[in-house]
Amino acid sequence: MTVDRTATPILQARNITKSYGQVQALRGVDFDILPGEIVAIIGDNGAGKSTLIKCLSGAVAPDSGELLLDGKPVTFAGPKASREQGIETVYQTLAVAPSLDIASNLFLGRERRRPGVLGSVFRMLDVKGMRKDAEKALSDLGILTVQNLGQAVETLSGGQRQAVAVARAEAFSSRVVILDEPTAALGVRESGKVLDLIRQVRDRGLPVVLISHNMPHVFELADRIHIQRLGRRAAVVTPQSHTMNEAVAIMTGAMQVDTTPSADAASLSKA
Amino acid sequence: MSEQSVATAPPAGKDEHRQSPPALVRLRILMHDKPILGPLVVLVLSLVVFSLLADNFLSAGNLSLITQQVMVIGIAGLGQTIIILTAGIDLSAGAVAVFSAIVMAKAATDLGLPGPLAILVGLLCGGVCGALNGALVVRFRLPPFIATLGTLSVFYALGLYLSGGATIRGTDMPAIMTAMGKSFSLFGTNVSYGAVLLVVLVAVVSYCLLYTSWGRHVHAVGDDVQAAGLTGIRTGRVLISVYIVAGVLYGIAAWVLIGRTGAASPQSASTLNLDSITAAVIGGASLFGGRGRVLGTFVGALIVGVFRNGLALAGVQVLWQDFAVGLLIVGAVALDQWIRKGSR
Repeated sequence: MTVDRTATPILQARNITKSYGQVQALRGVDFDILPGEIVAIIGDNGAGKSTLIKCLSGAVAPDSGELLLDGKPVTFAGPKASREQGIETVYQTLAVAPSLDIASNLFLGRERRRPGVLGSVFRMLDVKGMRKDAEKALSDLGILTVQNLGQAVETLSGGQRQAVAVARAEAFSSRVVILDEPTAALGVRESGKVLDLIRQVRDRGLPVVLISHNMPHVFELADRIHIQRLGRRAAVVTPQSHTMNEAVAIMTGAMQVDTTPSADAASLSKA
Repeated sequence: MSEQSVATAPPAGKDEHRQSPPALVRLRILMHDKPILGPLVVLVLSLVVFSLLADNFLSAGNLSLITQQVMVIGIAGLGQTIIILTAGIDLSAGAVAVFSAIVMAKAATDLGLPGPLAILVGLLCGGVCGALNGALVVRFRLPPFIATLGTLSVFYALGLYLSGGATIRGTDMPAIMTAMGKSFSLFGTNVSYGAVLLVVLVAVVSYCLLYTSWGRHVHAVGDDVQAAGLTGIRTGRVLISVYIVAGVLYGIAAWVLIGRTGAASPQSASTLNLDSITAAVIGGASLFGGRGRVLGTFVGALIVGVFRNGLALAGVQVLWQDFAVGLLIVGAVALDQWIRKGSR
């Protein structure tokens, strides 16, 4: 899938700062993601990766700077506000309810009620309808190896749980999916499945922001790699323009990069 | 929730140790999927055993007596169960019920309110007590155990104060306030209205927990508060609503208690705090939250009632009844741990 480098970024951050007391987590960071691409965010511990995605997902309000959605300035009052704008986040902790079944988890926090009196007066949930849609969402992503949607999530393996969380994000997202360390807790085989899943989400047209510590995964998946260092964007590279070692060198500060030209999404089309 | 077959999803990876689960593991998965199974088996077994031990155990009159003995515990147990579902516990359940009973009785006798209105005042009192517990847990972030340990004494003292330590006789109250202790005849058996109310409440609370968003949010909050919050559930609201609903259920238990004992007394139902927990736990509710069914609590209350009644009929001393119920509790919690072992 090719990415149009001249398109308007679907989500963009400009000069975002955020401090927690004395600690300056973000010191004027820029970020952008174009339609149809996977952007990986890498960085050492404390570089501000998590704070950056929390700003993007509305979980944290930036101190200054601006967010642009489809080129228009936005502010998010909370995770719910960004979700209403079509930005879905899969947190590292997955945010699932283990004792509820798969279909219930897919619709957790946005359950649908039955039409008519049953729904309005008796508040009855549309269990069958939600289950049907859950089945569709899972089979669309090719992860209906999970046969039984009535199965509790706690009976699933780590990779299957991750798949459920990704499917939930994919099903409800209309603009961007943000994934925080989706493979951190998984084995090799399960990681592979989740990487395939992320690629599918991208190929279905949703841009993906991927936070990961795993360089091979990042280089396998990402169209562009945003390198975060000391609360700023140190560079944006591509798997073609730089090697893994170079990316790590930039991440740790061993290698300096002139940020201005290469950070520009448009200039990368020549790279 | 699921009526579907046992969970045997093919694992994404080939985990060798998962391939052909031995019988014991399959049993655990089955009990995990159908939490009502364990309590139901225990109930049926105890019915069989006691009918062999005591001749008159299965008589219509005795069975009717058992339902009358469990109706207060059962209704209070429903409130307890939804709190336990959120990984909480309510030590003040009995104290709220007794306090509400006295408020209810005083509203009718001293204030001269008509019966239905007095009952409503009692239910409101239960709801307010619940709201206080909920506020302590949510706003002041007290562990539910500590919060309700404190309010247990507070509500008990308030009940004593309001009643002046005296019992208010049921004969002084409007008839409707003692109606739940009355019975009607059904197929030659005496069925008390309180028992019918218990069954209706089990159905209503079950429905709310299994077929509404609120019910799912209660389970999600009990599973993992942070995760529930990240999915957009307003966890504080859910928790407070749970404590209020539980309080109202204790208020209903108070109404039934007045009917059952024919009086409102600050000394009554002194064991209700722990009995409601016992019913919920024996019924399969997990103290770690997220797992449990009100139908299980209903069965749990019946198990306790059957044990006490059966042992008494068999001529066993009261102390051994307590002994047996204690074993049941320990056994039920151990079973819960064993069932959870595989899944987390």
